[in-house]
Amino acid sequence: MQKQLAKMKQSLFDQGYLDEQFIQLEDLQDDANPNFVEEVVTLYYRDSVRLVQNIEQALEKNPLDFSKLEGYMHQFKGSSSSFGAKKVKTECTQFREYCRAGNAEGCKRTFQELKKEYATLKKKLEVYFQLARQAGPVEKACRPK
Amino acid sequence: MGSSGFSSPRSDYFPAGLRVLVVDDDPTWLKILEKMLKKCNYEGSFFFFSNCFFRNVFLFTVEKDTGFTSAVSLFVVTICNLAQEALDLLRERKDGFDLVISDVNMPDMDGFKLLELVGLEMDLPVIMMSVDGETSRVMKGVQHGACDYLLKPIRMKELRNIWQHVYRKRMQEVRDIEGHESIEELYMMRNGTEKSSDDGYLFSGGDPISGRKRKDSDIKSDSSSAKKSRLVWTVDLHQKFVKAVNQIGLDKVGPKKVRDLMGVSWITRENVASHLQKYRLYLSRLQKENEVKATGNVCLQNSTILQNESNAAAGNVKSTLPMPMTESKKALYGDVIDPPKTNTSGISFGHYLGPKSEAKIQNQYSWGPGVSLMQFKQGQNPHFQSGHMLDSVHPRPSIKEPGIQGSYGKSRSQGIEQVTQVQSHLTNSNSFGQIPCSMWGTKNHNLDQYMFDYLESSSQRNSIHGTGSSSASRLWDEEFNSFSSRGLNAINLLEESIGCSNQEFVPHVSPHLFDSLNLDCEYPCDPVEYPMMDQGLHIL
Repeated sequence: MQKQLAKMKQSLFDQGYLDEQFIQLEDLQDDANPNFVEEVVTLYYRDSVRLVQNIEQALEKNPLDFSKLEGYMHQFKGSSSSFGAKKVKTECTQFREYCRAGNAEGCKRTFQELKKEYATLKKKLEVYFQLARQAGPVEKACRPK
Repeated sequence: MGSSGFSSPRSDYFPAGLRVLVVDDDPTWLKILEKMLKKCNYEGSFFFFSNCFFRNVFLFTVEKDTGFTSAVSLFVVTICNLAQEALDLLRERKDGFDLVISDVNMPDMDGFKLLELVGLEMDLPVIMMSVDGETSRVMKGVQHGACDYLLKPIRMKELRNIWQHVYRKRMQEVRDIEGHESIEELYMMRNGTEKSSDDGYLFSGGDPISGRKRKDSDIKSDSSSAKKSRLVWTVDLHQKFVKAVNQIGLDKVGPKKVRDLMGVSWITRENVASHLQKYRLYLSRLQKENEVKATGNVCLQNSTILQNESNAAAGNVKSTLPMPMTESKKALYGDVIDPPKTNTSGISFGHYLGPKSEAKIQNQYSWGPGVSLMQFKQGQNPHFQSGHMLDSVHPRPSIKEPGIQGSYGKSRSQGIEQVTQVQSHLTNSNSFGQIPCSMWGTKNHNLDQYMFDYLESSSQRNSIHGTGSSSASRLWDEEFNSFSSRGLNAINLLEESIGCSNQEFVPHVSPHLFDSLNLDCEYPCDPVEYPMMDQGLHIL
């Protein structure tokens, strides 16, 4: 089971869904917080719902308020970076670029991509955490200590 | 964990138990940072710190295999997701924190603004964080006085070392103090005016009301190892400062003049200079902000004024309030009797500032700690209010001050009444030997909490010199019930070697704290290292 877990994690990394920060968080797990990463991710998805909604609403306005959008995206990026959501972060950066360029179409397009990545990651992590819970109390980081 | 009610002397505790306040609107990051900070432990064995800032704290070397490694947390963490709340917390527990880490982008207040306010009011090191690492932003952070600027995602190893900022800052202050002591002496000798007052405080720990600072011949002789208490700009002290600045006139002010006018002998020109710099920065920022918005004024309760502030979210009230006041004051002190740009504010200001205004302001004082900033800023009010009114109301600086101090003092004293007795002993003692000992009786992984409590209770700054040794031990009981496994024979040894003056205190403590556990420890304690204790009486 541990092996399966490790494999899954490796693939998430290989596919670029997660980055180093995820490992940092796993390192924080201990007896006091054995499911720390899962808690963090859950918190993130809960908290970012509001943000996603705000962005969507803002994208419906005409004309777009780019600075506001950039602000939202800054927040989003910050949050996403907290546990290493790599692809989501990339989309955030892209979005901000479009904001700065004043490219409304680019923003809207990128946001759709972002939402996709956001949702995909959520599903994958759900599976991962379920596996982790089954596999054993404390999941150690896969890189050698 | 980090939210005990009392404040701890930040100067006395190193490096464990540094009290960090983390401010971030992102709950995910708050959770992560809290966990990361809490995880930062001592690595390896404890060391005996005899010198350097740690004069009041020493740990004994312990053999590694006794298993005492990594049991002590470096930090005691408090988290906060609103900047305004963070400010309130900081003000409430003046001296309750050693370090602030804040995000740059927060909805209720700009991180840079928080940075500035913290620097001005509490003079704590502030570390900024952001996902944005653009040079201009980092520069802005530096300019506003940030000790460091971390980029998110933050790694644990970055956090682990942030304690250095606390000590660096203290070192600078020590240097400031030390560097100018000789000049001070010279100055004093030449003027011959301040001698008697100096003598007074040398022994009693300084003017209890006006903040704390120890300047002490013992420390001087041991200056390289002694850690001096840092100057804390208490409300009272700041008021004196502002008063002096106002009298001189902001444009003509110089640190020496201010210092002279303040009449507080034990602060140095450098202390004043650095505070003045911060104050100027603060005022100029306020001025800029107020040039943009229509200024409110002193109206603390009146919502009409608040509407003038563009960010008049409820939480902003307190923070934006002082601005118009000082801004107007600045205008006033620029010797501009008819400050054109503040005319619009002058109108509402004038309208607000009727005879009722004092009553209203007075009321503010009962709001308690949350308005401490306003309180001491309001100390200036009488000055500029009257001036600004452009009529012949005379400046009455003294009016508000008692009020300010009164309520503020009250709220403070409530918080500290419990510990006054304990620390009153310690404040007079020459050593804090007891403290560190408790630090390493460490099978208990809540050690840091207890240490923290211990220290804070024992060193609570207070001007009250009571003698309640029995109550002290009672307090110890409450705090340290679980200190059952503290094998601290060392304490006794210390007492003997140091001949600490608070002998009567220690015996009360020892039975509770220490049993005769054998620890493999050596305690090369050096009695000489017991410099006068940090009176840390900074009270208010």
